[in-house]
Amino acid sequence: MTPQQKATLQKLGPFIALLIVSVGLSVMSPDFLTVGNLMNVLRQVSINALIAFGMTLVILLGGIDLSVGSILAVSSVLTAMLMKAGCDPLLATLIGIAIGALMGSINGLVIAKGKVAPFIATLGMMTVLRGLSLVFSNGSPITGFHSDFFSLLGGGYIAGLMPIPVVWTLLMFGVFWFVLKKTVFGRHVYATGGNAEAARLSGVKTDRMQIGVYTLSGTMAAMAGVVLTSRLNSAQPTAGAGYELDAIAAVVLGGTSLTGGRGWIFGTLVGALLIGVLNNGLNLMGVSSFYQQVIKGVVILLAVLLDRAGKK
Amino acid sequence: MQITMRGISKAFGPVRVLEGVDFTLAAGEIHALMGENGAGKSTLMKILCGVYQADAGTLTIDGAPVTIRNTTDAEALGIAIIHQELNLIPQLSVMENLFLGREPQRLGIVDSRRMRAEASEWLALVGAGQIDPAAEAGSLSIGQQQLVEIAKALSLNAQVLIMDEPTAALTEREIETLFAIMADLKNRGVAIVYVSHRMEEIFAVCDRISVLRDGRFAGERVIAQTGFDEIVRLMVGREIGDRFPRRAAQPGALRLQVRELADDGNIAGISFEVRAGEVLGVAGLMGAGRSEILKTLFGVNRKTHGDIVLDGVALQASNPAAAIAAGIGFVTEDRKSQGLVLGMSVRENATLVHLDEYASAGIVNSRAERAAVNQLIADLHIRTRDAELDVKSLSGGNQQKVVFAKWLAQPPKVLLLDEPTRGVDVGGKAEIYHIINRLAAAGTAIVMVSSELPEVLAMSDRILVMHQGRQAGVFDAATATQESIMTAATGGN
Repeated sequence: MTPQQKATLQKLGPFIALLIVSVGLSVMSPDFLTVGNLMNVLRQVSINALIAFGMTLVILLGGIDLSVGSILAVSSVLTAMLMKAGCDPLLATLIGIAIGALMGSINGLVIAKGKVAPFIATLGMMTVLRGLSLVFSNGSPITGFHSDFFSLLGGGYIAGLMPIPVVWTLLMFGVFWFVLKKTVFGRHVYATGGNAEAARLSGVKTDRMQIGVYTLSGTMAAMAGVVLTSRLNSAQPTAGAGYELDAIAAVVLGGTSLTGGRGWIFGTLVGALLIGVLNNGLNLMGVSSFYQQVIKGVVILLAVLLDRAGKK
Repeated sequence: MQITMRGISKAFGPVRVLEGVDFTLAAGEIHALMGENGAGKSTLMKILCGVYQADAGTLTIDGAPVTIRNTTDAEALGIAIIHQELNLIPQLSVMENLFLGREPQRLGIVDSRRMRAEASEWLALVGAGQIDPAAEAGSLSIGQQQLVEIAKALSLNAQVLIMDEPTAALTEREIETLFAIMADLKNRGVAIVYVSHRMEEIFAVCDRISVLRDGRFAGERVIAQTGFDEIVRLMVGREIGDRFPRRAAQPGALRLQVRELADDGNIAGISFEVRAGEVLGVAGLMGAGRSEILKTLFGVNRKTHGDIVLDGVALQASNPAAAIAAGIGFVTEDRKSQGLVLGMSVRENATLVHLDEYASAGIVNSRAERAAVNQLIADLHIRTRDAELDVKSLSGGNQQKVVFAKWLAQPPKVLLLDEPTRGVDVGGKAEIYHIINRLAAAGTAIVMVSSELPEVLAMSDRILVMHQGRQAGVFDAATATQESIMTAATGGN
C-alpha cells in the first residue's frame, strides 16, 4: 500500500465503521433497515450534526466550544418568549439565531483579544448562558406559542417522507464543505489551526478568524435550538445540556485532530451518523439506557485508539 | 575508545536512507560529519546512539562487536548526543535537569545538598561554574543550556559526544567558549562527532571529516590535508561553481527609508536607506537587535518611535497583514515554527500569502492556483514530486524555497530576510543566493539578517552592524572585512 492509499483508507475509516455498524444492526434487528426508521435516525442526528459542523471549524482552529448547549437553550427560550409575546415567528426565529451568533462572537472576542484559553472562555459562557436561560424562563418550559410556520422548521416533512431538519443538515453540510474546500476563509482556518504564528506572519488576520469561527459555531448552535424548539413545540431552559460533548465526539470520530489544522466536514457528518445509528440500534434492540452510555463511550474510545494505531 | 561502523544500511519503508555507510571515530578527536540535508547524517548518528536500529552492518568498539538496541545501551557504552533542539525541562532547575531520573537520595528523599555540590563540579568542568545549579533551566541562554547538556553527558561518563549543529543558536562569544571546551574534552580523550553545515567552523576545530552523499559514504579526509572545494565536491558530487553568485544589478530609486526607529526596549536610533535592487546586510551578535529591526518593520513588534517611508509614502503598519498590503515580505528565521504550516501541502503553503490573487469573491480558483504554484516550483527549482505533498516531506533547502515562494507570487517592494540559509546545505544555499539576486535584479529592496559573515559580506551591497540594540555603523561591503564588522559588532571602533 502506498502512503497515499493508506492515508485515504485512514480518512475513510469512520465511514467504513458506519457501514459495518449499519450492516450489523440490519442483521440483528429487522426494524433497523426500514425507510421510516432511517428517516427517524436522520432526524435525530440532525441536531447534533448542525452543532458539530460549527464545532468542526472551532476544532480545526485548535479550539473548543463548550458553550454550544447553553447557546442552544438561551436562543430557544428567547425565540419562544418572543413568539409568545406576539412577535412574528420568522422574525423571532431570525432573532434567536442572531443571538446565537452574538454569543459566539463574544466567545471569539474573549479568546482572540482577551487571550483567554478557549476551554475557559467557553466554559464561562456555558455557565452564564445556562443561568440566563433559567432566569428568562423562570426555570420552567415555555409552551403555547403555536405557529404553523414555526412547527414546520423542525417538525415538518418534505413529500411526507424527508424530515425538514434533515434538509437543513444536508444544506449546511454543503455550505460548510464548500467553505472549507473552496474559499480563502476555509484555507485560512486550516492554516491558523496548523500554525497560527506562521499564518499571522503570512498576513492571515488570525484574530478575525477566531471571532468568525466562534460566531459560526454559536450560529449553528442557535439554529439547532430553533429546530429542537420547533419539534418539541416548547422551549426548555435545560435543553442542550451535554450536547457540546456529543458534538465534540462526532468531530473527533470523524477524524478531525483536536490539536487543529487537520480534518474534514464529511468526517463530522459520518461521526454524527455513527453516534445516531448506535443510539437507534441499541434502542431497537431494547438495550437499557444505562448500558447504552457505556457502549457509546467504549465505541468512541475504540474508534480514536484505532485511528491512533493506524497513524503509526 | 575506537568506534568502527561498517556497511551500515537503514531504510524507512521503501525509502533507503543509508546504504553501506562506514564511519570510524577515535578517542581524542573531533570528527566532522557533513553532507547535504537528507544525506543521512542524523540517521547515522541516531543509529549510533540507539534511537534507530540498523538494518545491516556492524558496530565494533575497540575491536569487539557490540549491539546497541536502545538509548539505554548507548548510554551504558558512554555515547551521548546533544540535540539541536535542547532537551532540558525549562521549569526544572539546572541540577534537577542534570540528575533527572538518578537524583542522589538519602532514605528515599532527594539529597539537595549533595545534588547541588555535584552539579557545581560538573558545571565547572565545562567552564560553566558561574551558572547557579538552582536556577531555572529555562532562564539560561541557549549557549548556557547547551553547556548544561554537555555537563550532563559528562556526568553520565560519556566517552563519545555527538553534537548536532551545536552553534546554530549561539553568539560568537558562546561559540568561542564552546570550542575551548571541546578542545579540553578532546585532550581528556573524549571523542566528539561534530555535525554542522558551517564550513569555517569545521576547518577551525575538527581533526577529520567524513562526508555522506545520498545515504552513501562519500569519503573521509584529514582536515589539515583537504580544502573547502574538495569537501563541497564530496558533498554534492560536482563543482558548484561560485559559492556566492555575483549580482549584476545596479541600485535604482530609493525604496525604503528608516529614520530613528525604536521599539519598546530592544532597538533604538536605527536609520538606514535601501534602494531598489540593493541588498542591505544586517550583522551583529545574537541578541543585538537584528531580528527586531525586521519585526518592527513588518508590524510584529510595536514601533514606539521613528519613521518608515516606503516609496516616498509614510508606512503605518501595526500588524503583518498591513505590512504585506504595503508591499513588504518577510522570510522568517525559523521556518518550522514561523515560516510554514507543516501539516499543509507545498501548494497550500506557497499560496498562503497571496491566495486572494487566485480567488474571486473569496472563492479560490483551483486551476489558477495550481498553475501559479507549478510556475513557482519551476522558477525556484523546488524539488518535490508533487505540489500536493506535505511540505514537511521536503528537505530543509527545499522547504526554505517554499518559504520564498510564498512571497514571490507578487514580488514585494521590500523583502526582509532573517537568516535565509540557516540549516540549508551548500547546494541549497547557492540556489537561494540566486533567488535573492534575481529578486534584487527585478527591483526588490532586500534587508538580510545573517550570522554567517562570509554570506553577509558576499551578498550585500552595504552592511548595517548592530551592537546592543543600537546601530554601530553602516559599512560598504566592498571594503568591509570580517574583522572590521566583528569589531563594530562587539562594541570596538
